[in-house]
Amino acid sequence: MATKIKSSEITPENVFRQRRLLLQAAGLGLGAAGTGIMMPERLHAATPGFENVSEWAASTDETQSSFEQATTYNNFYELGTDKGDPAKNAKALVTEPWTVEVGGECEKGGKYALEDILKPHALEERVYRLRCVEAWSMVIPWVGFPLADLLKRFEPNSKAKYVQFETILDPENLPGQKFPILQWPYAEGLRIDEAMHPLTLMAVGLYGKELPAQNGAPLRLVVPWKYGFKSIKSIVSINFVEEEPATSWNKSAPREYGFYSNVNPQVSHPRWSQAKERRLDADSSGFSALFSEKRDTEMFNGYADEVASLYAGMDLKKSF
Amino acid sequence: MSFRAVSAKGVTIPQPGFNKGKLLKPAVFIVCLLPFVMAVAGVATSRFVDPVESLLHITGEWGLRMLLITLCVTPIQFIFKWAAVAKLRRMLGLFAFFYTTVHLATWLVLDQGLNLRDAFESIIDNKYITVGIISWIGLFVLAVTSNRFSVRKLGRRWKSLHSWVYVLVLLGIVHFIWQVKASEIVEPSVYLGFFAVLLIWRFVRMVKR
Repeated sequence: MATKIKSSEITPENVFRQRRLLLQAAGLGLGAAGTGIMMPERLHAATPGFENVSEWAASTDETQSSFEQATTYNNFYELGTDKGDPAKNAKALVTEPWTVEVGGECEKGGKYALEDILKPHALEERVYRLRCVEAWSMVIPWVGFPLADLLKRFEPNSKAKYVQFETILDPENLPGQKFPILQWPYAEGLRIDEAMHPLTLMAVGLYGKELPAQNGAPLRLVVPWKYGFKSIKSIVSINFVEEEPATSWNKSAPREYGFYSNVNPQVSHPRWSQAKERRLDADSSGFSALFSEKRDTEMFNGYADEVASLYAGMDLKKSF
Repeated sequence: MSFRAVSAKGVTIPQPGFNKGKLLKPAVFIVCLLPFVMAVAGVATSRFVDPVESLLHITGEWGLRMLLITLCVTPIQFIFKWAAVAKLRRMLGLFAFFYTTVHLATWLVLDQGLNLRDAFESIIDNKYITVGIISWIGLFVLAVTSNRFSVRKLGRRWKSLHSWVYVLVLLGIVHFIWQVKASEIVEPSVYLGFFAVLLIWRFVRMVKR
C-alpha cells in the first residue's frame, strides 16, 4: 500500500506556499533570511517527524489551523507574555536531557528519562479543537498517546484522587521565569477520572512533527474539553495526590480561573463572555480574517457526549 | 544666519519663503498616521494571527498615547520655550480621537459583528467597557467642538469644556488597567505614571501663578 499522506500535511503546506509568495512579492523574503529568523515554514521542514503514527478515527474534520498559526501564537509565559514571544524565545527552552519525576500515591514512582516515558507507547494523530480562555480557538493535529496508558504504568493507589503536573523550572534560561508573573514552576492538575479519560492526551508532537519549544516540548498535556491553560506544557513532574492540588492561574486569580476550567459558554469570565469564540484557522488570513464571524462556543468544547458524565450532579457555575 | 527677523518689541516674525513651521505640521501628520498604516499593512500581509485582536490593541494603545502626547503640548511649549508647538495641539487631539474611534469601530463591527444587543450587554456587564465608552463619548464632544467656530462661540466656556480631557484620559487609562491580565499591568502603569507627572506639572504651575 502506498504511503498515505495525512490531511494535516496538505492544507498547511498550501498556506505556507501562499505565505512564501506573499513574502516574495513584498520583497521581504531576502530580509527575513538575512536576519536569521527561523521562518515557521523552515522550522516545519527542519523539525524531525515520527514514524508509525496511526490515525485516530474520531478526529474532527473542521478546517485546521495552519502550522504557522499554531506555532507563532502561543501562551507560554515561561518564554514571554506576548503571544509572539514563545516562538521568538524558543531556544531558551533546553529539552535535552529531559527527565520526568513521578511521585506521590503510586507504586512505581521515580525519575524517568524521556525515552523511558515514551518507549512503550504507540503514537496516534488526533485532531482536536483547542479553546483558549481568551475566547479564541484553533484546530490542531496532535501526535501523542492517551495519558491513562502512561499513568497506569506507575500503578497509582486508591489514595490517588488527583494528578498534579509541573512545568520545567529554569529561571536561568527561561526569560519569563526571571519575573514573578506567575508562581513558578507552572502547576496544573486534573481529577484522576479526568486524567484517565480516553480523550486526555499526552502529546509529543503536532502536524506530524516533534513539538516545537513554544508548544510545550518535549511533553505536554492536551485536555480538549478544558480551556487551553489546563493543558500544561513541558512537563517535568507528575504527582498523584489525595487533595485537589493548587494550580497556577487559580492561585493568581481565583475569581477568574477555577480548578476545573471546563469550556462552558454559559459561565462568563468575570471580564468577558465565553459564549462565542474566534476561530483562527487556515481560512482566516488577510483582510477576510477581519470579517469572519465568531462562532458559538460549545459546551465542553464540543466533547460533551464523551465527558459530561464526569460532572454529573456538579454545579458547574460554582465548580467553574 | 537667522531665518527670523526680530521686530522692535522683540517678537519674532516668521520670514516669508523658507519656514520650518510649514513643514512641521505635515511631517507630524504623517508620523501620527504611521501606526495606522502599519496596522493595515500587517493585516493585509497576514502578519497577525488574530488580526481583530491586534487591531484592537494597536488602535487602543495609540489612542491613549496620542492623548498623552496631546497633553504634553503645553508643558513642551513652556519648558522648551517653543511656541510653535501649540499649532499641533488640535491635530494631535484629533488623531487621538481618530485612533479611539477606529478602536471603538473595530470592537463594534469586527469583534461584536455589529450585534448591537450583544455590544450593549457587554457595555453594561463589563465595567472596563463602560468607562471606555464614556471616555469615547467625551472625546467625541471635544472633537466636534475643536473647530474655530466653536472656540469663538463658546468663548470662556470652551476652555473649561476642554479641560475635561484630563478626566477622559484618566478613564481611558482605567479602561486599559481593568482590561489587562495581572501580568500585563506594566504598560498601563507607565501611562498612569506619565499622566500623574503631567497633572503635577499643571498643578505646580497653577499654584505658582
